Amino acid sequence: MLKMTHLSKAYRTEVVETYALRDFSIHVREGEFVAVTGPSGSGKTTFLTIAGLLEEFSGGEYQLDGADVRGLDDNQRSRLRNQKIGFIFQAFNLISDLNVQDNIDVPLRYRGLNGAERRRRIQDSLARVGLSARARHYPAELSGGQQQRVAIARALAGSPRLLLADEPTGNLDTQMARGVMDLLEELHRDGATIVMVTHDPELAIRAQREVHIVDGQVVDLAAHPRLVVGAQTHA
Amino acid sequence: MFNYYFRLALRSLKRNVVLTALMIAAIGVGIGASMTTLTLFRAMASDPIPQKSAQLFEPQIDNWGPLKHGEVTGESGSLPEQVSYTDAMAWMNAHAARRQTAMYATSLALTPSNPDVRPFQIPARATFSDFFPMFDVPFLFGGPWNSADDADHADVVVITRDLNDKVFGGANSVGKTVNLDNHDYRVVGVVDRWEPIPRFYDLNNDKYGKPEELFLPFNRAIDGHMMMWGNNNCSGDVGVGWEGHLHSECVWLQFWAELPTPADAARYRSFLNNYAAEQQRTGRFHWPPHTELRDVREWLVYQHAVTSEVRILVLVSFSFLFVCLLNAMGLMLAKLLGRAGDIGVRRALGASHAAIFAQCLIEAAVIGLAGGLLGLALTALGLLGLRSLLSEEVNGLAHLSPVDIGIAVLLAIVATMIAGLYPTWRAAHVQPAWQLKAQ
Repeated sequence: MLKMTHLSKAYRTEVVETYALRDFSIHVREGEFVAVTGPSGSGKTTFLTIAGLLEEFSGGEYQLDGADVRGLDDNQRSRLRNQKIGFIFQAFNLISDLNVQDNIDVPLRYRGLNGAERRRRIQDSLARVGLSARARHYPAELSGGQQQRVAIARALAGSPRLLLADEPTGNLDTQMARGVMDLLEELHRDGATIVMVTHDPELAIRAQREVHIVDGQVVDLAAHPRLVVGAQTHA
Repeated sequence: MFNYYFRLALRSLKRNVVLTALMIAAIGVGIGASMTTLTLFRAMASDPIPQKSAQLFEPQIDNWGPLKHGEVTGESGSLPEQVSYTDAMAWMNAHAARRQTAMYATSLALTPSNPDVRPFQIPARATFSDFFPMFDVPFLFGGPWNSADDADHADVVVITRDLNDKVFGGANSVGKTVNLDNHDYRVVGVVDRWEPIPRFYDLNNDKYGKPEELFLPFNRAIDGHMMMWGNNNCSGDVGVGWEGHLHSECVWLQFWAELPTPADAARYRSFLNNYAAEQQRTGRFHWPPHTELRDVREWLVYQHAVTSEVRILVLVSFSFLFVCLLNAMGLMLAKLLGRAGDIGVRRALGASHAAIFAQCLIEAAVIGLAGGLLGLALTALGLLGLRSLLSEEVNGLAHLSPVDIGIAVLLAIVATMIAGLYPTWRAAHVQPAWQLKAQ
């Protein structure tokens, strides 16, 4: 599903060149739930933004769902992002002046779906996260946990092949965090491919596999395979 | 997606009311100022008879000599703007154009048949029957008099719709009589609405005013010694009495010729030059022949139909609009970059650069539309203000036509979209990764 080989990402100024990722390789197979961990500044979020086609990379290869993404123009990258990737952010990133259903509608609009299809998907995804009754609420009227559920519903509405979650419970209290993690695990059980960036070992342990990043490089990639209770196993 | 972007734009405008109001005010004030002067400029510079302006010509001839004309007008090298009776009659009799007419403005006292209505003075025009087909004058009832009436010095008149309403209550008055200066004239036609602006056929008086209310045969007016109500410029001998005046070199008549093709115009130029040369040969002119022939648009430029004050006003007001748009651009930039987080989210959810660009540009257009509507209201106020500043003859131009309204709204939208190009471009190139990391 997601394969990066010897990938690098450098930020350059006139005097200095800083590598956020260097010789970075990772292979996430379809249906996997992978936790990406590492200390602050290790390159976790950079990995996630490159994986989500939000940022270009400097070198190496990146294949998403079997397709090489290097050299794609903005339109192609945007279409690929819209059709194959769902994002879940730490700060939820709901648009404050859109209500819940309009927030979920955003990626569907860019896909060009007709009104009936969009409404069906919005209802389905809200039902999936248990927020059907909140469709007309605005983000400010929801709790943090509910907002993150809306963000997950928004990510799910487009039926993405890959869910990218960046510290999805970082802004939530323990109880709400547990609810969101339960939801992610449920999605995984239903076949979703999930890559979750976190610095919380408690959350990482709930993933099927953990990838640890230090100084922009994957450390001991194959040394930490494990199964999450109830999760599927993959070759 | 247009409807979606339009709704997003409305939502965005409501999000920060103060910033939105400032942008709309900046554009509205700029549009109001520029449209006020542009409306005046357009009215002054408009082609009053676009379907024929290239076929109607005003001839000029130097019947004073270059030195004398320079002494009188202070403009050396230019020609008298009107013609003498001698030249006008010679040209009429030559029939060198498809249609032609000499004419002048006069004034008559009309005594209504209803004894309860007091006599009143009306502006009138003495002209030939060709005047009406030449200038495409529309008729409500009847039509113009004919060339036989011209030759017979007939007691016939054409009146305007307004005068017909006033004297005959709007009924068909063809065949009825009107008493002018104690003499009865038969009405042969009633002119429908016809208000060429500027009043190109005679720019000497009230150039932006309405046409006269009554028209009568030129020869009949001359017979009646009807005095001219307009400019009468003389050099040297002004003549004694009415006959003396007619045969003087005073210039007081307007003359127009209809020349449908460029070849006709070229032939008429030759005719004028030959005529001037003939006058030199006969000893009337003691200077080389000098004539001009200008079509309607050239004539309006020559006569300075658009005053230099108005040109300067337009320039100043559009400079002001530019400054207002710069302000609006700054405000728009602040507004859009303030929403960089939302734009980053949209990019993450699949919006391309082009999609964000379109969304922001439509928002700019909506701001422009609102600014345009405000600008229209301010234009109306501005035109009211201009009426108190400008001369009375220009007052009639200070009104908004449907075309002006269209121009104001279109100008506001297009100008705001152009001003919004840079903020929109910046918004479209927001780095989503940085925005999402920052949040």
